[in-house]
Amino acid sequence: MDMTTALFYVFSAVLIGAAFRVITARSPVHAALFLVLAFASAACVWMLLRAEFLAISLVLVYVGAVMVLFLFVVMMLDINVDGMRAGFWKHFPLAGLVGVIIALEMAAVLLGGFRLSEAPATTAAEIAQGNTKLLGIEIYTEYLYPLQLAAVLLLIAIIAAIALTLRPRRDTKSMNPADQVRVKSRDRLRLVKMDAVVEAPAAPVADQPVAGEAK
Amino acid sequence: MTSLALGPITLGHFLSVGAILFALSVVGIFLNRKNLIVLLMAIELMLLAVNLNFIAFSHYLPVVADRMAGQVFVFFILTVAAAESAIGLAILVVLFRNRATINVDELDELKG
Repeated sequence: MDMTTALFYVFSAVLIGAAFRVITARSPVHAALFLVLAFASAACVWMLLRAEFLAISLVLVYVGAVMVLFLFVVMMLDINVDGMRAGFWKHFPLAGLVGVIIALEMAAVLLGGFRLSEAPATTAAEIAQGNTKLLGIEIYTEYLYPLQLAAVLLLIAIIAAIALTLRPRRDTKSMNPADQVRVKSRDRLRLVKMDAVVEAPAAPVADQPVAGEAK
Repeated sequence: MTSLALGPITLGHFLSVGAILFALSVVGIFLNRKNLIVLLMAIELMLLAVNLNFIAFSHYLPVVADRMAGQVFVFFILTVAAAESAIGLAILVVLFRNRATINVDELDELKG
């Protein structure tokens, strides 16, 4: 058993154990942290398959962004964990049955073939260029149009996520700049035409004391 | 089961890991029927299993010229998965804000 084989078994065991803990963890925070562990060991398995760029982007995109988002949401929502676990073991027979059926079906497929033990040798050009450059060449020439569609998809995802969670605050007093710009002078000041009125001189009040002097 | 015994790792080993991961996440979807967040995590695990299969097949592909196609596909699946989890979590936040619960059993307004 050489080094690669040993590493494969170690990483796969960690991956499957972490995945098992994700689906059985009592707290969603623990589930998210075990999912991080699962992604990290999956990245290591991908490294063994010589997909370095995808392994690194898995760590960056998933562990760095998506899982932090998951943790934010888990901690932001006030979740009643015990209520969530109420029917956990009630579904277990059905879940176990479905899992066993899936595993048997996959085993039936896998035992029929796929015993390929030797990967085709990497060519000198591949070694010279490296996985990242080869992937980049492929993406930016052959798959340029799907790449742009993926970019548009990400943009739509950003806009949708912001539009869903944005809400107008009703409890703050703020100006609307559009209204301020659009205002005209006649909205502020109203001129009223009226006839001139001549004031009659009032009668002199001399004898009455002023209220302030009495004190 | 000679292909899965201890020995040189074959394509079948990687596919087995992917299959076990996929089956585990299906079981997780059944077990955590009430918790939407863990359901989303199980979907992420499923996509990870599929990606593992893609990369394993692309690594063992005899045609060297086409070998990168599988990895390009994994790249696109990563993109879609990131978009999916972002929108899913946004929907979850809005749902919690409106109903103060994310229990799947209580979300029955559509009477489906």
